[in-house]
Order: sequence, then structure tokens, then C-alpha cells
Amino acid sequence: MDGKKSIVNWRFAVVKNKNFLAAGFLISLFLAGVISFYASSSPDGLEKVAEDIGFLESAKDHTNADGVLADYGVKGIDNERASVGLAGVIGVIGTAVVGGVLFRFISRKPKKQ
Amino acid sequence: MHIPDGFIDIPTSVAFAGLATVGVGAALKGAKTQLDEKSAPLAGLTAVFIFAVQMLNFPVAAGTSGHLLGGALAAVLVGPWAATLSLTVVLLMQGFLFADGGLTAIGLNVFNMGIVGVWFGYLIFILAKKILPKQKSSIALAAAIGGALSVPAAAIGFTIQYAIGATATFSLSSVLAAMVGTHILIGIGEAIITGLTVSAVLASRSDLVYGWKKVDSELEIRRG
Repeated sequence: MDGKKSIVNWRFAVVKNKNFLAAGFLISLFLAGVISFYASSSPDGLEKVAEDIGFLESAKDHTNADGVLADYGVKGIDNERASVGLAGVIGVIGTAVVGGVLFRFISRKPKKQ
Repeated sequence: MHIPDGFIDIPTSVAFAGLATVGVGAALKGAKTQLDEKSAPLAGLTAVFIFAVQMLNFPVAAGTSGHLLGGALAAVLVGPWAATLSLTVVLLMQGFLFADGGLTAIGLNVFNMGIVGVWFGYLIFILAKKILPKQKSSIALAAAIGGALSVPAAAIGFTIQYAIGATATFSLSSVLAAMVGTHILIGIGEAIITGLTVSAVLASRSDLVYGWKKVDSELEIRRG
């Protein structure tokens, strides 16, 4: 049973690596670029607790509160759907670049001399 | 769950930034031995996916929302070391580009979500996997349980930081009760997203799932 398991497991690699990565990336783009518009705008757990208990006022404005992408919106785009969607797309691409470079660097094996 | 500037005083924030740096440094070393050419792109994709899904706040109770933290999910998919790095990348992007999570609070946030959430979630996943039947469908369920409990664990992380260095003076027990109570609810959403995502990856590329591969290699060792 054990021997078969690893063969079955290997056979499960039906989707090629590139296709799998592309699909995951496109799903992420869709979620951040389109679905994010429908996200709940209620305060999150920590913010709500801070509000209810009373320490929300101790929060300071973010250093980049007026930044181009602050609060997941692109400054200057008034259409809410386009603004949050574009911010999401920029975030997905930016995370892919930073994460891609980092993990490629980490996984690089030293050259054999 | 992203702590803004001002909730926690600067000395405490600096101390946790130090802890987070040590944790991320260890994760860099750990990930280096574990990642290969095949798993490295998946670690990057995990960061991308978590960034995207963290944008999707879902309602949990009257006037409260939550979103995926993704620590347990990342740990099951790419291993806890790479998971800590994935979450750190996401938190840095959010803090610096999207003004989500204070810049002085980045160490606090990396500690709660990138270290406590990841490692506690992973520990629960390992325990659940031991108890559940040794089959593929148990992996997604164990991941979901890990995800569910990782959220209140990260909330306790915040409460500890609040206990050490809150700038406000409200009772610690009420903060603890409110944080854990709210985040148990958010943990249900975390469990659903984690379980579904792990199931989907298992169905298409089970060979890429770190938490499943470990079962496989354990079996292989026993066989040999």
C-alpha cells in the first residue's frame, strides 16, 4: 500500500507546473482585482474590539495615509470599483515580484566547484 | 488584525521588531534548506494568493468583519519556514504600499501573523493529522483545524503585546476576552478558506503540498 501511494501521488501531478502557477496567479488577480469590491467594509476584529473597549483613539494616522495606494485605493480614481480593483492588481503583481525574487534567491543552490 | 501605529508603545514595538527579525532570519535559513526549484515558485504564489484573499473581508458578526490570515494555509502548502517568509512579504507590502498596518507596528504584526499564526497553525495541523485517519482528505481537514485555531492564537499574541506596552489603560481581561471571542468567529472563516484551498491544491497538484508530502516520505522511510 505504501509503495503504491507514492506512485499514485506522483500521478496526481496532472497539471503542469507552469499551468498550475499561471492558474493560481490568475485566480489571485481575479480575487484582488474584481471580488475585492464586494468585501465587507465593516471594521475588522481588532478594530472593532478597540472601538468597543475604547482604545481605538490611541491609533495614529498611518505614515503613508496619503499615499497613492493607501487603504487599497488608487489616488485620483474616483470610481470605487476601478480604484480598489486596480490597487488589488498592483498589490498582486508587486507581491509576485517581491516574493518571486526572494524565493528564487533563497532556493538558488550554490554552484559546484 | 493589522495593528496600526499608536496602539502599542515604541519600546514594545521595537522589542517585537527584534523578535520578528530573529524569527524571519531563522525562516530564511530554514527555507534555504527546504525549498528547491520546484517548491520556490509555489512559495511566491502562496504570498500572492494570501495578499489577494486578505483583501476579502467577510462579515462575522454585527458590524465586524474578518479576513484570512493565511498562516496555517501557507505552512501546509509550503512548510512553516517559507510560510513565515510569505506572510512577511505580504505584511511588508501592505504596510508600505497600502497603509495597512502601522510602520512602527510591522514587527508586532509579523510576530502575530507571520510567526504565531504560522507556527501555532502548523503545530495544530501536525497534531490533527496524527489523530485523523491517514488519508488524503484528512490533510485538508487538519489544515482547516490549524487555520481555525491559528486566528485566536494570533489574537492572543496581540493581547500579550497589549499587556506589555498598551498606550491605553483598559482592563487586560476584557481585551483578552473580546479579542479571543471575536477571533474564534473569524477563525471559522479561516478554516473554510484554508480547507477549500488545500483541497483544491491537493486535487490538482498534491505533490506540491508540503503537509501531504511529509506523510508520503514518512511512509517511504518505513517501507525502506
